[in-house]
Amino acid sequence: MHEMAITQSVVQAVCERMGDAPVRRVCLEIGTLSGVVADSVRFCFDLVTEGTTLEGASLEIVQPTGLARCRDCGAEFALADLLVLCTCGSANRELLAGEELKIREVEVLA
Amino acid sequence: MCATCGCSGATSLEHHEHDHEHGHGHGHGHGHDHPETRTVTLEQAVLARNDALAELNRKWFAEHGILAVNLMSSPGAGKTTLLERTIRELGAELQVSVVEGDQETVLDADRIRTSGAPVVQINTGAGCHLDAQMLAGGLRTLDPPESSVVLIENVGNLVCPALFDLGEQARVVITSVTEGAEKPRKYPQMFRAADLVLLNKIDLLPYVDFDVAAFLDGVRRANPGAEVLQLSATTGDGIAGWYGWLRGRSASTSTLT
Repeated sequence: MHEMAITQSVVQAVCERMGDAPVRRVCLEIGTLSGVVADSVRFCFDLVTEGTTLEGASLEIVQPTGLARCRDCGAEFALADLLVLCTCGSANRELLAGEELKIREVEVLA
Repeated sequence: MCATCGCSGATSLEHHEHDHEHGHGHGHGHGHDHPETRTVTLEQAVLARNDALAELNRKWFAEHGILAVNLMSSPGAGKTTLLERTIRELGAELQVSVVEGDQETVLDADRIRTSGAPVVQINTGAGCHLDAQMLAGGLRTLDPPESSVVLIENVGNLVCPALFDLGEQARVVITSVTEGAEKPRKYPQMFRAADLVLLNKIDLLPYVDFDVAAFLDGVRRANPGAEVLQLSATTGDGIAGWYGWLRGRSASTSTLT
């Protein structure tokens, strides 16, 4: 259950970047291969934001899906999980998307 | 306050970059629909703070020629037994010291101390993993010597520790044959993060239903670059491979300074 620590990191980072400005909306990118469960972050968000400038803010989570390029044959293919091989049989792949774990933007009172 | 973008708190992280654009062109109304708010693009890694602290740890290890290895496994895979044997047989040669991570108790630290290595225990309480800040605090207490080896025993957990960079030079994942061969398929994130995978308790292979080939295939799917060594920390079978790996990594780390 690292989502609590992850959500605390979000709140800490937003507070550091935005100072005292009340935050109305937070948009996160959590890739489907990031190892972080978006629903758990949603669950933690209200608890963790209580008493901070983020209290009452809405939470949007964008979830990019997995995409990889095969280092052997060059094909690009979708990854539902980290075990999917290229159609050529190779596991040697470069992940292009799906591992995102970042704060995309916030909306604050002007 | 940050002079370029007007955001606050920009002084606390060195890597702060002015990569945000105040939301122009983001269709948020900008003084029309919601005149009271503004959108600020951050594009910042959620774990940026941990990553920055991990980089400081990594720099400190490099400056002191110290090899730091992050050992991760589920509870009961044999991390502490492996450490005890490694300290007894290699501790003096490589000047091994240990950072022990557990939610509670100093039981493992006591076992390591009895084996003869300096050790610091970090209790994470409710936390399910070590992070870079905890390690930095532990290192201040441990104060390992130049050109030595620091083995970090992470909290027993095959999920959370994979996400948190500690500033280590290498990640080792330990699985035992009593856990089942499907572990790499169930926890690919952890195996994907590994430089080395140790398959422990191979002395028990005759007594358990463990498909080594299926295990190796799972590791390859999750991480084709990971090296895999099979050993028994109890009997010592295959342990020479682990010692060889540690010696090699330690030698290349200490000569970098």
